[in-house]
Amino acid sequence: MLSQLPLLPVLLPLLGAPACALLRRPLAAWVFSCAVSVLALAAAIALLAATWQQGVLSYALGGWAAPWGIEYRIDLLNALVLLLVSAMGAAVLLGARASVWREIPEHKRTLFFVAYLLCLAGLLGIAATGDAFNLFVFLEISSLATYALVATGRDRRALVAAYNYLVMGTIGATFILIGIGFVYMLTGTLNMADLAQRLPAVGQSRTAFAAYAFIVVGVCLKLALFPLHLWLPGAYTRAPSIVTVFLAATATKVALYVLIRFSFTVFQVEYSILALPLETVFVVLGVVAVFAGSLVAVFEPDLKRGLAYSSVAQVGYMVIGVGLGTVAGLQASLIHLFNHAIMKGTLFMALAAVVLRLGGSTYAQMQGVGRSMPITTACLLLGGLSLIGVPGTAGFISKWYLVTAAADREQWLLVLLILAGSLLTAVYIWRLVETAYLAPRQSPASIAPRALEAPAGLLAVLVVLALANIYFGLDTRLPVQTAGGAANGLLAAVLP
Amino acid sequence: MDVFSYFNYWVVVVLMMLGFFIVIARGNLVKKLIGLNIFQTSVFILYISAGKVMGGAAPILADGVELYSNPLPHVLILTAIVVGIATTSVGLALVVRIHAAYGTVEEADILEQDATC
Repeated sequence: MLSQLPLLPVLLPLLGAPACALLRRPLAAWVFSCAVSVLALAAAIALLAATWQQGVLSYALGGWAAPWGIEYRIDLLNALVLLLVSAMGAAVLLGARASVWREIPEHKRTLFFVAYLLCLAGLLGIAATGDAFNLFVFLEISSLATYALVATGRDRRALVAAYNYLVMGTIGATFILIGIGFVYMLTGTLNMADLAQRLPAVGQSRTAFAAYAFIVVGVCLKLALFPLHLWLPGAYTRAPSIVTVFLAATATKVALYVLIRFSFTVFQVEYSILALPLETVFVVLGVVAVFAGSLVAVFEPDLKRGLAYSSVAQVGYMVIGVGLGTVAGLQASLIHLFNHAIMKGTLFMALAAVVLRLGGSTYAQMQGVGRSMPITTACLLLGGLSLIGVPGTAGFISKWYLVTAAADREQWLLVLLILAGSLLTAVYIWRLVETAYLAPRQSPASIAPRALEAPAGLLAVLVVLALANIYFGLDTRLPVQTAGGAANGLLAAVLP
Repeated sequence: MDVFSYFNYWVVVVLMMLGFFIVIARGNLVKKLIGLNIFQTSVFILYISAGKVMGGAAPILADGVELYSNPLPHVLILTAIVVGIATTSVGLALVVRIHAAYGTVEEADILEQDATC
């Protein structure tokens, strides 16, 4: 059993999806999907524990040895991303019932859960595989499922958002395919560990530069790094609430993992810096993303859309960490990857509850929501504080590590910009506080009559997520040590 | 002479740019998908060309054959073709739904309708 462990988190949802399609009743499909995702989470936890004890786990799929067959290779970084994605996948699904029942028509609910499991399988597959082409296939599995999920939104604009995402996502994925094709032509291998050994020999050729450039642009499209973020706000705003929670907490995180994996393992950092002025490009784009995303978020009348733009900004912070190119920077980036998933999971989950009860998430609709939905609003606020980076929350830890990493490189301007970005976050979170607690409650006619707390299932998950923000703000061992170990592992090959 | 020996790759570049241009420049959602398809197909040709070994036989073991073409890129691209078909069908399904919801498949008209409502 233990020897099959690296495969389980991917295999369970991948086999669970078609099995789920056989279930006619939506409730049965939901219970089944929950069971599958919880089992996948259990496997991911066991995997992280195993990587701490034994180091890198390697699994030859179908018994074909590594450079020829597909290898699943789990080191600390993979295990961290697997844990994060499966945990958020399970948590979102457990709280999803009420919201899905409200937003998805009955005949589509079973298929909704099928698409959800497929998306989960794709994302976990990306995080587990050690084979570059296999990564592309899983990327497309998760993307196609995501397009379908986004299109199930009630608003017809969801269809247009899904279409735009499909076009952009396919261009991104095809760019990655071109890049992988080039490295295959250069080296004759698709295994990432094998590529890492063979690429330095041909590293100076123009083909290798082109390959890296194609892969970076393709991944940045998926990552929604400014200025390639145009699909994200539409998709996040129009998708059903539950899909937004899931995507915000997992999809961009996995894309960041791919960027890190290709930049630091496959193409090795020194060479990456040589190919492109990595540091400058990533740091500058990251800073621009922070400010562009936050500024739009400040003026956005719809909180859900505002938070979608805030995701663009937060991706900026993560990419700044990658751009610093040091162990500390990479560690900060990975910690933020972990913490941001929890923050945005909390925020969008709370918004799912708000949309469920109030029918929308504009500031106008949310006036006085702090009195009609006190627990939901408290969780929303907690997520917001964590997003700003208030001490005692998870967000503070990631900002702290990022600022320290920038200070280590003596980039004082960057430190200043990161802190200024946090201030902008505070502006739109304050706007939320003002609307929720200080604004007069709307007249009874315009507010939905049943503006009560969310149902227990959703609320329980929301409270757990909100408390996780505080827990990981106080007990930082899990993300910090794992991210530290992963960052050391990534840079061990190139740093003395 | 070199120009002609890389004939396949020139085709790839031309098709890729054509497809990419159609995706960006056309406002019709179906035409965009056609462009996307051409763009993807050019990458398929790139892979298939890379697998061909000059003078190599089809990769089936036989007596007296020393040189084989590389079958792996062809197998990879079979997978990518399946992915491409899936993408196209999801895209076309979305276009059908968009047409039902908006009564048009022109991007400009859709934007206009969204702006007015």
